[in-house]
Amino acid sequence: MGMPGQKQPTKLEELLEGIWKQNPVFVMVLGMCPTLAVTVSAMNALSMGLASTFVLVSSALLVSLVRNIVPAQVRIAAYILIIATFVTVVDYAIQAISLAVYDALGAFIQLIVVNCIILGRAEAHAAKNPPVRAVINAVGMGIGFTIGLFALGSVREILGAGKLFGIALFGPDFQPWVVMVLPPGGFFVLGSWLLLFNWLKNRKASSDRIEPVGGHVHGA
Amino acid sequence: MAPESLSQIFIATMLSNNLVLAMFLGLCPFLGVSGKLNTALPMGAATTFVIMVASLCAFGLNWLVTELNMEYLRLISYIVIIASAVQLVEMFLKKTSPVLFRALGIFLPLITTNCAVLGVALFQTAREYSFLQAMTFAFGGGLGFTLALLLMAGLRERLRLAVVPNVVQGTALSLMLAGMLSLAFMGFAGLGAGE
Repeated sequence: MGMPGQKQPTKLEELLEGIWKQNPVFVMVLGMCPTLAVTVSAMNALSMGLASTFVLVSSALLVSLVRNIVPAQVRIAAYILIIATFVTVVDYAIQAISLAVYDALGAFIQLIVVNCIILGRAEAHAAKNPPVRAVINAVGMGIGFTIGLFALGSVREILGAGKLFGIALFGPDFQPWVVMVLPPGGFFVLGSWLLLFNWLKNRKASSDRIEPVGGHVHGA
Repeated sequence: MAPESLSQIFIATMLSNNLVLAMFLGLCPFLGVSGKLNTALPMGAATTFVIMVASLCAFGLNWLVTELNMEYLRLISYIVIIASAVQLVEMFLKKTSPVLFRALGIFLPLITTNCAVLGVALFQTAREYSFLQAMTFAFGGGLGFTLALLLMAGLRERLRLAVVPNVVQGTALSLMLAGMLSLAFMGFAGLGAGE
């Protein structure tokens, strides 16, 4: 993160950080509530990802712009207000664009306010960096979050309903694995993705054992 | 919305529609704080209290913004009231019980970003609950959150003694555990007003 004596990362690194190295869903395991609740289908996951990305980027821009004006004591309250404003915008926009998506996501659109990723980014990155950098980082995080949601949503929809974006993939004999679209499925699919990444990381670590292994990430 | 009896709401929010395990609210503290049994209980109690206060305030606020025709301010006013409620609880605990205050530490202010608190306020608005229904919903939700937290903490304490393969350790394991718990809680479906 933004340690003082550290070398500034390039803009590309900043963008890639959220997509791969610090992926909000798979590495930081943040923003779990929307991640698990709305990912019963790929479409829901994508809409949620896009809505969160919009809030993430616009609040990062505004937080970064006002970072020198807001007194330190009230900064969290100010960030929350900024975020809540943009979430209200998204809430009304989705309602206007697609009522079906709005009904499917329900209260979880408004719950973007308390998504830890957004406040976390505002506090840890946007409040310490100039607008351009903050926006680039937020875009990366947003893309990373959307990819994470999509990875969950598509797997759950394929296994749980035999469909992707509402299109049936298998023949009529397919027995849907219903538990996957129910709440436990959310935990299982995310757990399995994390398992896969752990396994890949372990394999990589054992294949180049000569090099010291970087800090391992786990725990919420 | 069909009228639901108070006991139905209570049982549904606590068990069959458990906030954490069925509605995915308040997962961050659920995965973060559930490491030890002795922090799980005070955390659950504090969260239950904040949920109740927030739900009470949200009920009044909802009436106010509807009366004034300013529904677009609902979300913003909710989040402000929750932040202030948490601040109040923090000041109150600091004054009356410094021991508990120190035990909870950083987790107390973090209740503000607990989705369960805002979630309960938003759901009670969306379902147009009456005052009593809303309070029951909040109380049942808080108890359900505490229950899930306690169960998870107990399981994780036991797991620390077990031999677990390297790959599964950390969050992956917690998520699998949560999945099992959630599966178990689904057995309650049909109790109360299952959806």
